[in-house]
Amino acid sequence: MKPFRLLLGLFCLLVAIWLVMPTLVVIPMSFNEKKSLAFPPSGFSWQWYENFFTNPEWSSSFFNSLRVAAIVALTATIVGTLAALGLSRMKHSGAGILRAILITPMVVPGVVLAIGIYAVYLNYQLVGTTLGFVIAHTMLAVPFVLIAVSASLEVFDVRLETAAASLGANRFTAFRTITLPLILPGILSGLLFAFVTSFDEIIVALFITSPYLKTLPVQIYTSITRDADPTVAAVGTIIFLATSLIICGGLIIGSQRRR
Amino acid sequence: MSQTTDTTATGSASPRSADQTAPSHRRWRLAAYPSLLTAPAVLLLIAAMAYPLLTIVLRSLSEPEWGLQNYVWFFSTPVNITVLARTFSISAWVTIVCVIAAYPYAYLMTAVGPRMRLVLILCVLVPFWVSGVVRTLAWVILLQDSGVINLVLKWLGFGAVKLIRTPTGVVIGMAQVLLPFMILPLYSVMRGIDLRLVQAARSLGARPALAFWQVYLPLSLPGVFAGAIIVFILALGFYITPALLGGPRSTMLSTLVQSQVLSLLNWGRGGAMGVVLLVSTFVLLALAAPLMRQRHKQASRS
Repeated sequence: MKPFRLLLGLFCLLVAIWLVMPTLVVIPMSFNEKKSLAFPPSGFSWQWYENFFTNPEWSSSFFNSLRVAAIVALTATIVGTLAALGLSRMKHSGAGILRAILITPMVVPGVVLAIGIYAVYLNYQLVGTTLGFVIAHTMLAVPFVLIAVSASLEVFDVRLETAAASLGANRFTAFRTITLPLILPGILSGLLFAFVTSFDEIIVALFITSPYLKTLPVQIYTSITRDADPTVAAVGTIIFLATSLIICGGLIIGSQRRR
Repeated sequence: MSQTTDTTATGSASPRSADQTAPSHRRWRLAAYPSLLTAPAVLLLIAAMAYPLLTIVLRSLSEPEWGLQNYVWFFSTPVNITVLARTFSISAWVTIVCVIAAYPYAYLMTAVGPRMRLVLILCVLVPFWVSGVVRTLAWVILLQDSGVINLVLKWLGFGAVKLIRTPTGVVIGMAQVLLPFMILPLYSVMRGIDLRLVQAARSLGARPALAFWQVYLPLSLPGVFAGAIIVFILALGFYITPALLGGPRSTMLSTLVQSQVLSLLNWGRGGAMGVVLLVSTFVLLALAAPLMRQRHKQASRS
């Protein structure tokens, strides 16, 4: 049994390295002194971070992404939460089919969706507009909210709402004071998923982008295909550090609350 | 603020006054039709998914003129058939690699202590912390001819391997992106397997390998199926990774669709390709759905 465990551990170590390495290799590249992506990097400099913050091409695409993702997080959370509430209260068999239909954006091939949206947007002058990005990204993000909120609704005891109603609360009060606080973790994780979905979305964005409205992934993609610019590595490192901080903060707050 | 709503709430418990029946009646109707709550999501889906997809189907049938000419062209051009077959074979390879890598990994996650498990889960989640496009760039750095992998191989005394712009490189990069979608369903199924069943098999004289083969593996199959289907379907539609890591000999269908529409402005042919990709995805889903449900039932029964 011993050699088997050792072999298993070794295999899993390799898998873990395979999973983590792409994230970590970006960090040393971002301090490269030369404008190249050859490994190992030579020298040390902050110039690519400086470039990210001072070059308008990079900073404006970053703020565009932040703006679009923030609006999408809000709209997708509202639309997705309403849908999850409606589905959980539907008794007949249609609910299962409707749920399956509502999460189809997750499996439709990205490029097919992208050329369709591009075709429609060309007709309605929505290419390169914030509204266009928000509509497309909200549609892509709703399934994630729906799944997250549905998961917390599944463990929610409907009798609590009935109890509130029997104590005289109307539907809205019961929802606001009983249901909402209990499913809030699901809603918040849906919000986070929706934000990330939009912030990271590239395929549809590549088609509906314009020189006036570029999101960060589009800027990264064009930069990669154009030349070997280590600014991309700097952006990757910043995003990695920001997410790490948020997640560690969440873990610390979560573990403190449990105590 | 909450005090005032509370008093009105208790007020409504007493015999209703005339002005209160109207809104509560409306609320009652809303409660009776919970499907109304899904209306915004359904409308959004129709506007931003169904309508665009319908547009593509119509264009594939109507440009330059009505008929099936674009589909006839697609299936009679050898290049397209090669790319379609390659799309399926790369997706299949990615799925196989994911199953092989994820199965022991998910098993280890169920077998170690909570602290080690947290480390293993973190390793699965860390790839998500960096933007998808950046991760593909990282693979370019790792796979290129003077890249990290070739440096390590040289250091170990092996010869250099051509990885970037080859199907192997594409499979390595895609499988890494999709591996979490395989590990997580597998882990959630394996966590629910009662290990006493394996112990029972052992106590009845089965060797470890046989106990695994006859007891543990069949119980974990629902997770394998669920993960494999998700991975395969997502792999079919991959675009960024093959476009950046692949060369002309590893083009996938998505890239062809893109070049037909954006470079050649041929909406009819690009649309037909898109429809082929879309239909293959949904046929696979339809084939897999009953299989998954059946396996799931089996698992819950035993």
